[in-house]
Amino acid sequence: MTTFSTKWIHAVGVPSRDWLAQAQQLLLPLLGILAFLGFWHLAAPQVQTSLGAFPGPVQVWEQGGQLWQEHTNQRERADKFLALQEARNARLLADNPEADVRIRRYPGAPTFLDQVRTSLGTVLAGFALASLVAVPLGVMVGLNHYCQAAINPLIQIFKPVSPLAWLPLVTMVVSATYVSDDPMFEKSFVTSMITVTLCSLWPTLINTSVGVAAVSPDLMNVSRVLRLSFWTHVRKVVLPSSVPMIFTGLRVSLGIAWMVLIAAEMLAQSPGLGKFVWDEFQNGSSQSLSRIMVAVLAIGFIGFLLDRAMLLIQKKVAWNE
Amino acid sequence: MNKTHLELTGVEMAFDTPKGPFVALDNVNLKIRKGEFVSLIGHSGCGKSTVLNIVAGLLQASKGGCVLNGHEVNAPGPERAVVFQNHALMPWLTVYENVELAVRQVFRKSMNRQARKQWITHNLELVNMAHAANKRPGEISGGMAQRVGIARALAMKPSVLLMDEPFGALDALTRAHLQDSLMEIQQELNNTVIMITHDVDEAVLLSDRIIMMTNGPGATVGEDLHIDLPRPRNRVTLADDARYVNYRQEVLSFLYEKQRKLESLNNRRPGNTSAAPKTQASATA
Repeated sequence: MTTFSTKWIHAVGVPSRDWLAQAQQLLLPLLGILAFLGFWHLAAPQVQTSLGAFPGPVQVWEQGGQLWQEHTNQRERADKFLALQEARNARLLADNPEADVRIRRYPGAPTFLDQVRTSLGTVLAGFALASLVAVPLGVMVGLNHYCQAAINPLIQIFKPVSPLAWLPLVTMVVSATYVSDDPMFEKSFVTSMITVTLCSLWPTLINTSVGVAAVSPDLMNVSRVLRLSFWTHVRKVVLPSSVPMIFTGLRVSLGIAWMVLIAAEMLAQSPGLGKFVWDEFQNGSSQSLSRIMVAVLAIGFIGFLLDRAMLLIQKKVAWNE
Repeated sequence: MNKTHLELTGVEMAFDTPKGPFVALDNVNLKIRKGEFVSLIGHSGCGKSTVLNIVAGLLQASKGGCVLNGHEVNAPGPERAVVFQNHALMPWLTVYENVELAVRQVFRKSMNRQARKQWITHNLELVNMAHAANKRPGEISGGMAQRVGIARALAMKPSVLLMDEPFGALDALTRAHLQDSLMEIQQELNNTVIMITHDVDEAVLLSDRIIMMTNGPGATVGEDLHIDLPRPRNRVTLADDARYVNYRQEVLSFLYEKQRKLESLNNRRPGNTSAAPKTQASATA
């Protein structure tokens, strides 16, 4: 009898607990999303704007498909254009090997996905530059009390500055100094990238310096007893010890970089998602709001993916994960 | 053998505090012969660790100094290897790599790669930790980690091995086990050892000499007790040995009668309740 009842409990009780755990992992987030969609669907038509009612999830979904369609169409046209150009050039060269053939890029407007790609490239470049500056500087600040005292006020002052304040200055400086007949990068790219760098380097800098300053005194003593040289000390003790803190900083920085980039692109009219949003806003068609909403969701989703990617790298690199 | 190996002369240590200098040590004199196992015992806050840190070179004495093999000590170095209370292993390195860091630093010129590898393995075998060579400190117990800390220190071939309450953070059984291992290793290598301890039994069992320190401020050497028990020593048979009981009695009487520490429990200086802050440090590390 008892064996039967325990078996029965095992058969029913344990799986149901598993089921509960799974439900919590999958079902609850799903429920949250569904509730949000429901609220959005019901509330959106109530909000009237000069461009018609605020788009609900259905319209936004449709516009998402539309944007994808536009992208594939554009790609096809671009492929055709390039094929024609190549054929024409081949013909010209066949007639006259000395002919001056030009290879032009497809002149069509960038699609939504092109803008996403531009934005991703810019944010990664700006973030990489910020990290290259912030980590070594943070190590220096963390190791040296004098450095810390000297640099700390600067960090505190520049940390809260909005990208919108930097942007005009960066634009002017880039226009004045980045002069070249055959520029490797677009000026708009350089401007956005530097703005992203200026705004996103602070969390990494602060976290790195805190992590470096917080190396366990015991480990510092081990390093002293072993008479490690300065560089060996930094490489073998300080850096590994502060890797978890550095990564926390990097993750915050990347999030800020992504937010700043959209604002910078919007204001600077440099290509990317921000420009897409701004163009749609200026365009003011009946679909504009839906298209902007697609961009909003894309921005959020990409930001989430970027953070996940950093988390994955952190798990690979950090010893405490 | 009878020549003085390590000598502390007139050591005074004063720390600057907002209320003026705090004199922790006053006129500490100590001579230690080669191969001697010396324990420093005393109440919390009497400056035992300060003495050890001065010998290690991690602290500079305000007055007086420390001479090892005829050379003045004024900086830390691997010839005075330290075993820390909380093992102080790098948590991101494996057991092997932790010892390797020390061995490569000390012997990178005098040993080739193969010899270093053998030497690392040899030291891990000495403390019975070769089986866990590829584990991280977080994956082994506190007692095992402390063994690795000892292996790392021994692998530096130090003239003096400095141990700062090496078994303080361990449970009683693990502690007894490691004490036995340490006695065996000491028998084999005949190192000069200075060990800080709170544990009277540990001091009597392991030491050739017990240096008992008076209470601070201005702590100094109170009594110097030579433990004349034959080696190898066995904790079980010694427990009934009249000489052992007598030595133990002497230390206890020094600590609890002559140097009785009058302090109420809630009036302790937080820095002196030795175990708590250090465990915290290791947790954050």
